[in-house]
Amino acid sequence: MITLIDGLSLGSIYALIALGYTMVYGIAKMLNFAHGDVIMVGAYAIMVTLSCSLSPVVAIIVSVVLCTLLGMIIEKLAYRPLRGASPLAVLITAIGVSYFLQGLAQIIFGAESKPVGSSWKLPAIPALNKHGITTAALVTLICGIIIMVVLTLFIKCTKTGSAMLAVSEDRGAATLMGVNVNKIITITFAIGSALAAFAGMFYLLQIPNAEPMLGAMPGITAFTAAVIGGIGSIPGAMVGGILLGVVEKFCLASPLSSYTVAVKFSLLIIILLVKPTGLLGKVSREKV
Amino acid sequence: MSEVMLKTENLGISFGGLKAAQNVNITINKKDLYGLIGPNGAGKTTVFNLLTGVYQPTTGKFFLDGENLTGKKQESINRKGIARTFQNIRLFNNMTVISNVMVGLHNDPKYKSTPFTSMLRLPAHFAAEKKMRDRAKELLDIFGLMEERNTLACNLPYGKQRKLEIARALATNPKLLLLDEPAAGMNPNETAELMDTIRFINKEFDMTILLIEHDMKLVAGICEKLTVLNFGQVLAQGNTSEVLNDPAVITAYLGEDD
Amino acid sequence: MKNNKKTTNIKFKDYVNYVLIGALLLYGLVLLLTGGLRLSTAQLLVQMGYSIILAVSLNLVVGFLGELSLGHAGFMCVGAYVGGFCAVFLKQAMPEMKLIILIISMLIGGIVAAVFGFIIGLPSLRLKGDYLAIVTLAFGEIVRNVFMNQQAFGGARGLTTGSIIYDTRRSPTLFIAVFVVVLIMIFVIQNLVKSKHGRAITAIRDNEIAAKAMGINVTFYKLFVFIIAAFFAGCAGVIYSHTTTPVLYSFFSYNKSIEILVMVVLGGMGNLTGSIIASVFIAYVNFILQNQLSGPLASLRMLVYAIILIVVVIFGNAPALKNFREKYSISAFFSRFKKKDAANRKDDEAKWHRVPTKIKMDAILSTDLNPNSDMSIHGDLGNNDGKGGDK
Repeated sequence: MITLIDGLSLGSIYALIALGYTMVYGIAKMLNFAHGDVIMVGAYAIMVTLSCSLSPVVAIIVSVVLCTLLGMIIEKLAYRPLRGASPLAVLITAIGVSYFLQGLAQIIFGAESKPVGSSWKLPAIPALNKHGITTAALVTLICGIIIMVVLTLFIKCTKTGSAMLAVSEDRGAATLMGVNVNKIITITFAIGSALAAFAGMFYLLQIPNAEPMLGAMPGITAFTAAVIGGIGSIPGAMVGGILLGVVEKFCLASPLSSYTVAVKFSLLIIILLVKPTGLLGKVSREKV
Repeated sequence: MSEVMLKTENLGISFGGLKAAQNVNITINKKDLYGLIGPNGAGKTTVFNLLTGVYQPTTGKFFLDGENLTGKKQESINRKGIARTFQNIRLFNNMTVISNVMVGLHNDPKYKSTPFTSMLRLPAHFAAEKKMRDRAKELLDIFGLMEERNTLACNLPYGKQRKLEIARALATNPKLLLLDEPAAGMNPNETAELMDTIRFINKEFDMTILLIEHDMKLVAGICEKLTVLNFGQVLAQGNTSEVLNDPAVITAYLGEDD
Repeated sequence: MKNNKKTTNIKFKDYVNYVLIGALLLYGLVLLLTGGLRLSTAQLLVQMGYSIILAVSLNLVVGFLGELSLGHAGFMCVGAYVGGFCAVFLKQAMPEMKLIILIISMLIGGIVAAVFGFIIGLPSLRLKGDYLAIVTLAFGEIVRNVFMNQQAFGGARGLTTGSIIYDTRRSPTLFIAVFVVVLIMIFVIQNLVKSKHGRAITAIRDNEIAAKAMGINVTFYKLFVFIIAAFFAGCAGVIYSHTTTPVLYSFFSYNKSIEILVMVVLGGMGNLTGSIIASVFIAYVNFILQNQLSGPLASLRMLVYAIILIVVVIFGNAPALKNFREKYSISAFFSRFKKKDAANRKDDEAKWHRVPTKIKMDAILSTDLNPNSDMSIHGDLGNNDGKGGDK
């Protein structure tokens, strides 16, 4: 039961990150490899704000705003010039951006991990903690669910949301219908990066240290989650993220704990071999 | 003289509930120049995809030169003797014109060289390469592409890309050549030129040709026989002039006249 | 005369790779014989050797087959662990036969890696592009994770290979062996790429559906490429295990795979000479940054890679920069010297216009539909230019 709740809360972090991957893929048709590193930037933003002895609320705002801007800047500088180029070129650039952010963080903050500050902590809830459930896990789970619900409503009920759906269905047709595709792609990057900032916060609640490589492993795992769920599918990202989180926690609690990485990635390979488009992905067949 | 080259028996496929093609029966004799026409979405390209193994038929069978090729994979169907071109040109864009044709020659037993002989540069490798190059030049010469042989396929003008695609398909030494809208996007001059080319292939190579086309002038000008598809089913079949005057065919193209 | 010129050009291109490798080998040997070879330089040369192997073999997958593999370090990892283990074992059995041990362990490491190449090639038959990239990445991580947990291979402490380490400064054995492997690999891969099989592989890259329609056995070639690439990456791993102890799983992380990818991209995808030059360059940069600038500046390396990757890819691929590229690319630079050639060709072309093609000679059935057919074959077909270029 505790493992399940831990798994669900880790899973909702993965799901938040995976949503960023999947939305960008659905709309810009590219894998934003640098997405994981936006989390890392968000974490450092929190660390720096707190070290200026500002309140955690300010830290949250700074982190979200910074990540959102960062996402938009990355899109503008690195990806937009390559729109229409081969997917391989875009993917390699994204890897380059990821490397760039990691390298920059290493130069500014050093390679070693730094504690994020003692004020980044949630009050204990004795009734729950008695049973081994941490407050952080519970808050992460609840906030994660709220964010996902809000996002789903946003896409279903707003004009921007339906424009996003339109662009992901058929970019050409959406352009003809008067949708400003560039704007929609920028908005997508902004939302995805904001989600990454939230994921970074929750991550720091569980492991209160910031380091340059912080985003790499959760990033890759969430990316895996997005692919498992069917990349481009928003419910798929949620399912995939939560599935991987639960599997990871159960695996760590079992005798196989040292093989956790292998288990996670084997799961990916098996699912892709059985269903090449992921669990909830749409089958797209190349027209001959 | 009129031996059968291609025969389909109740060929059909459905995607989910949609029957994209059903009960398609076509018989093409050797050296025929045969047309497959029909309104948009009638299932013409689907039939091509069935005949080349891109899709596997859900019903029926087809025979090439008496051999049942149903259920075979794309590459083995090509080796058995069906070659095709594509509606939206599919050249190897980043390869030279001559390399495109040489890929077509790949499986010809005359140019046999295993990967290992090639990797170690054994004499068989050089012999095969030289023979392939010579044969490719012959083909390019026929299609008037000799001068462009070392340019990249993507830099060719549209009309020549179409020609190169046909040359590449012929290089696989097929028994039956499928041309999918060869005149699409061409101006009248180019179309006329293309008609000559197709006739030439038909005569000089003794090639059996099945082509899909929307340009009625071209169809009427070169096809001896036609099959008309509508909603995935055969609407009419027979000699070109008869079929084109069939009231059912005219209705299908122009709509009901209420 | 023009023809002669062309053949000499091709000849030079054929040998430029061997010349490059030969120069490196010669440089090392001269230093070695004159006694001026420092340990660090020897290590650098060996590092360059296995970097070349890694980059060229990855280029076969990425540049020629067109599949992005992010798990190349995984194959190297397999080679290093298996080959290293094998060499350590053989060393106990027959301590005197160093060269034979090296050859046997290289073969075994390479073959085991090739088996993994086959296994990772299997998903490539079903998965494309991004999906395959993530599977190869996953493969690399799985391999690392599994070796980390094998006590036989040293577990988390890594595989100790102290007994088989070569002193490159004194004995030229490893040094020569490395470059022999490099030469063999370049010979094999260059020949493969320039043969009909190479054409089949690039055809699959350019248009898989059309390749199948031309009767190319896509399954065979995809697996073949993965196996060959994995074999050589495994060999590179075995070389690594003969220079470094312990062989540690953390070396073969996803970052290592990216580093190899940087070499390929920097050198130009599908360009073997480029891969060689780029891998020598990057091995050198690595070496300088590691040995001479310790501390925070070492992380500059990452930043440098990142910038190289982004700039090279954007300049090489951005649609908006197409004209710029055509004007200022290296090939454009060289083609300026060939203006005379181009002029000649124009002349030929003009002549060609006057020569009727065989088709037209045979245009017995040409009708009144094409009164201008003499013009049309070489007429302005540019209206639809580029339409077929899109995928």
